[in-house]
Amino acid sequence: MVFSLSDEMEKVVDELIARYPTRRAACIPVLHLCQEREGWVSPGVIDYVAGRLDMSTAQVQGVVTFYTMYQKEPVAPNVIWVCRTLSCDLRGGRSIQEHLERRLGCSAGGTSADGKVTLLKAECLASCGTAPMLQLNDEFHEDLDVAKLDALLDGLGVAPLPSAPRAVKAPASEPPPRAASEAPPRMASERPVAVPRPAAIAHREEEE
Amino acid sequence: MAEHRKILSNRFDVEDAWTLPVAERHGAYRLARKAVTAMTPEAIRDEVRAANVRGRGGAGFPAGVKWGFLPKDADTVYLVINADEGEPGTFKDRQIMEKDPHRLIEGCICAMWAIGAHVTYIYVRCELVKSIRRLEAAIEEARNKGYLGRRPFGKDYPMEVHVHPGAGAYICGEETALLNSLEGKRGEPRLKPPFPAVEGAFGKPTIVNNVETIASVPDILEMGGKAWSDISLLPESFRDGGTRLYGVSGHVKNPGVFEAPVGITLRELIYDLGGGMLHDDRPLKGVIPGGSSTPVLHPDHVVHAPAETDPLHPWHGKSHLDVPMGVDPMRGIGTMLGTCCAIVMDSSVNMAEAARNLMKFYKHESCGQCTPCREGCGWLVDVLERIARGEGVREDVDLLVDISNNMMGNTICALADGTAMPMLAFIQKYPEDFIAAIERGLGAHTRLDASDASGASGASGRAA
Repeated sequence: MVFSLSDEMEKVVDELIARYPTRRAACIPVLHLCQEREGWVSPGVIDYVAGRLDMSTAQVQGVVTFYTMYQKEPVAPNVIWVCRTLSCDLRGGRSIQEHLERRLGCSAGGTSADGKVTLLKAECLASCGTAPMLQLNDEFHEDLDVAKLDALLDGLGVAPLPSAPRAVKAPASEPPPRAASEAPPRMASERPVAVPRPAAIAHREEEE
Repeated sequence: MAEHRKILSNRFDVEDAWTLPVAERHGAYRLARKAVTAMTPEAIRDEVRAANVRGRGGAGFPAGVKWGFLPKDADTVYLVINADEGEPGTFKDRQIMEKDPHRLIEGCICAMWAIGAHVTYIYVRCELVKSIRRLEAAIEEARNKGYLGRRPFGKDYPMEVHVHPGAGAYICGEETALLNSLEGKRGEPRLKPPFPAVEGAFGKPTIVNNVETIASVPDILEMGGKAWSDISLLPESFRDGGTRLYGVSGHVKNPGVFEAPVGITLRELIYDLGGGMLHDDRPLKGVIPGGSSTPVLHPDHVVHAPAETDPLHPWHGKSHLDVPMGVDPMRGIGTMLGTCCAIVMDSSVNMAEAARNLMKFYKHESCGQCTPCREGCGWLVDVLERIARGEGVREDVDLLVDISNNMMGNTICALADGTAMPMLAFIQKYPEDFIAAIERGLGAHTRLDASDASGASGASGRAA
């Protein structure tokens, strides 16, 4: 569980520390740097940052738990943050989340069964004029619609939806034709896909 | 509305304007050079005061006055740029950082010289990866060119600009929370006084300004403070000058960020710049004028200012949509100008559902330090959720009002007020939506994206 950085990265940390009058001020950028390498803020990262910046582990832990963008548990290689604040919701943010949940087979707060994508709900990402939008890793994807979303997920290697969603009882005689890009009808429940979430991250999101 | 010459955003449409050679070809750093080599700090401060630039971050405090709060004998002063743009509905500072980062850096150079600072920290929320990359690249370019570093423009006055990333916390847009976050701590707001100008970053006097405020400084120096102030459409007595960025999102045909003089109306923002309502058969129901913490306005409500001495008297009897968007006029009609980025909602929106969406945001973002805010935000959501489930009772409206009233003014920072004020406005202006929700609940049929072309089953349908 010991975390360490390469000599090259240690130099970057030195440069970050030199920007501020106190070592502790480098805490947030150094945590980001470690998370980029480790994938999440592991206990090893916390020990490393505490030692490197002359902080107690409790102080580092306090910082980590305060901020949303530090992952407190391991996440998939790809993280999607879907914006669900007002401007995005007025333009279809909820539909975007529902389509993501259907394609990924997990609820927001969970990871897809294939382990490729973790889906998280975001608060306003300052992209309201190009709503609805999501952030995939470092990139914003704006002015979304289902076709764009499908292309994005196809690019990540996420399996396409079965042509007819299981939840819909189609008449035996003539099943309605349904294009892959067309979403199934709205379900009665607000959460259309009820897939048990991995216990480790189930606590993150409580609703919708 | 009249065509407006672009000043602040004049390089937004120039290809590659984020690189130094292109920005410089289009005028960047001329004013920084002039400021540092040919102007005294007092002269710059005088121009900024004469410009009547009201802070562009939301509170609208006059920047020139803020600069005047610095102690005269300070040995170390910091400039901190608030680029933690996260107020729901707000997306204007991002445009400056992504499209014209050199304008912000030039503003930092002018401001550092004016206030006696040698170091600027630009606090950017970490989600804005593109902004951070563009800013860091631009800082590197400016340093290599000798505009930053040990002798900027040959002057023996070292200056540095650093980008400091946030880590995902709306509250860090509050300036003392931001300072704690800059110091590597949890982003919990500080008790004031002392104000940052006296005791800010690392215990030193600090000026915290918004991105757009500082990006305006080169233009103020170029035109002269008075001329820049006079761009505003408001009478001089309002002391609210210049040109600024307006944002509009939600149910309009042409959402986006636009530059216009201070004092255009919401009607102009929605119907001219924003291209009008998204659907011609769905009229405007309400507009949040400047970020989610500013109380919603109802288009049928009119200004009541019968006394001739009332500054709002010229607009007496007119719709709230026809009041100029300035810091004081908006306050006069019971809301705030905030970040000047409006969220437009059409007749398909149920305001109890809109309120539920926003209150969930505040519950998530309350830092938890003060009980009225931590518990109050949670209770508001609990009551709204109960109403949404169809389990509400008539008294729940009073309960929402009661909780809101007990949050306001009882906390260290303004987050609680910024939650309670919009909550109260939703109830006062759209009581019928809350009563109906209590009677019938807000089932799956009440979706905020009902106006979306492809409706509930698909995603966005953008108007042609």
